[in-house]
Amino acid sequence: MSGGTLRNVLFGDAQADRVVPPSGFTARLTLFASGAMAFLAVFALALSLASGRLADRWASELARSATLRITAPEDQVAAQTAAALTILRQTPGVDRARALSAGEQAALLAPWFGPGLDLATLPVPQLIEVTEDEQGYDAAGLRLRLSAEVPGAVLDDHTRWRKPLVEAANSLRRLGWISILLIGGAMAAMISLAANAALAANAQVIEVLRLVGARDSYIAGAFVRRFTLRALIGSAVGIALGLGGVLLLPAASDEGGFLTGLGFRGLGWLWPLLIPLLGASVAFAATWAAARRRLTELS
Amino acid sequence: MIELDDVGYSYGGGELLSNVSVKLAPGSFHFLTGPSGAGKTTLLKLCYGALTPTSGAVRAFDADMRGFDRDQMAMLRRRIGVVHQDCRFLDHLPLADNIALPLIVSGRDMAQESANLRELMTWVGLTERADARPPELSGGERQRAALARAVILSPDVVLADEPTGNVDWEMSMRLLTLLVELNKMGKTVLIASHDLALIRAAKSQVQARVLRIANRRLQLAGADL
Repeated sequence: MSGGTLRNVLFGDAQADRVVPPSGFTARLTLFASGAMAFLAVFALALSLASGRLADRWASELARSATLRITAPEDQVAAQTAAALTILRQTPGVDRARALSAGEQAALLAPWFGPGLDLATLPVPQLIEVTEDEQGYDAAGLRLRLSAEVPGAVLDDHTRWRKPLVEAANSLRRLGWISILLIGGAMAAMISLAANAALAANAQVIEVLRLVGARDSYIAGAFVRRFTLRALIGSAVGIALGLGGVLLLPAASDEGGFLTGLGFRGLGWLWPLLIPLLGASVAFAATWAAARRRLTELS
Repeated sequence: MIELDDVGYSYGGGELLSNVSVKLAPGSFHFLTGPSGAGKTTLLKLCYGALTPTSGAVRAFDADMRGFDRDQMAMLRRRIGVVHQDCRFLDHLPLADNIALPLIVSGRDMAQESANLRELMTWVGLTERADARPPELSGGERQRAALARAVILSPDVVLADEPTGNVDWEMSMRLLTLLVELNKMGKTVLIASHDLALIRAAKSQVQARVLRIANRRLQLAGADL
């Protein structure tokens, strides 16, 4: 399609739109389909963006941290902790090593035991938070030294459970984008059907328009503008409702874990504004293709 | 202006027209007659490109229609006004808009064309019916409106398919007068009709050539008309 033709199809003249009779059924179908699809697209987008954030956070926060667990008889815990901290501070690649306070450890257990937990009543191991520097440390060498000098120490570098978590989050992100693609495809299919129905119902109108010298681009443009505008309006209503739904979702919180924080953040709120434009573009392409096909068949 | 050169047209295995050659010269007036089903409407459709001949060539304004793309065909139809027997209007538009349809689709400024439209509606006697919808019109009104629509772009050629088929004699004469007036303005006119009384009446007003389709071929009608 040339630039001039595209301009004619998109902007046409006000008179041109009157030559195609109003079609209630296809108008309602297009409005509803584009509105429903935009509504779903908002949630798919929210899911995708939230999963992306989660994957990035897990990947970056967990990749450079490890936990050292000291499990020892009560009278040896302090000594083994001090020895472990000494070893860690001497280990190349370790940026920081810090023993968690009793309060911090109690907070970690609070989701299971509730607040006000007295750690002295439980055989809870001492945890040491280890943060590596840019180079990183030799985990195998560190484990070897710890096993020799701090028998109660177990180093967990999070690799075992970090990788599947990040993969799961990335899969969710991909699923969100695939959903958006499928939503766009379903919307194109529904609008194609509606446009084909409108074109078939107006075969006689098309014949008259051709008889009086209307170009195919003029006839197609009259239908394309109508369906594009309907899709734009339907999508705008759909995203308004979708954003309302997202606003009603619970805000991100540590207590809620993964199930909260599915909304948008910062500039992410601008992303849904693209949905009506994409919806209108899908409607434009679908109606244009349907009209060209139909006009060729009718000749 | 429009020339059919050894044109044949077949459909569904049957040959409807064979070895048809005719030339519609600028400013000429032709009648096309013949029995029902002889191929009058088909020949008209070949003239404005609604049908493609199965053999031979149709030339319009010195160009072979076989080489026309869809846009060129649309441009051609702006130079050939067609009046169908069944008129074919857009029922959702008022009569004035139906008559102005060729202006609308060719992107003319309607504000500038409103005087022409009014003049044309007065010419065909439909000024009072400007806001009526096509289903509300009588047969004669529809035919006059179809004629007005066919000539609003001031085409070089006017083709009319049984324009008096659904109207009484008085209205037939009125329509004939309008077509003769167009011819006197220099338009080429071809009317397909099996109404011999109309053809005889026309011959007293204009120098008309009468063509007859018989046995798939086109021939000049004899003095019996």
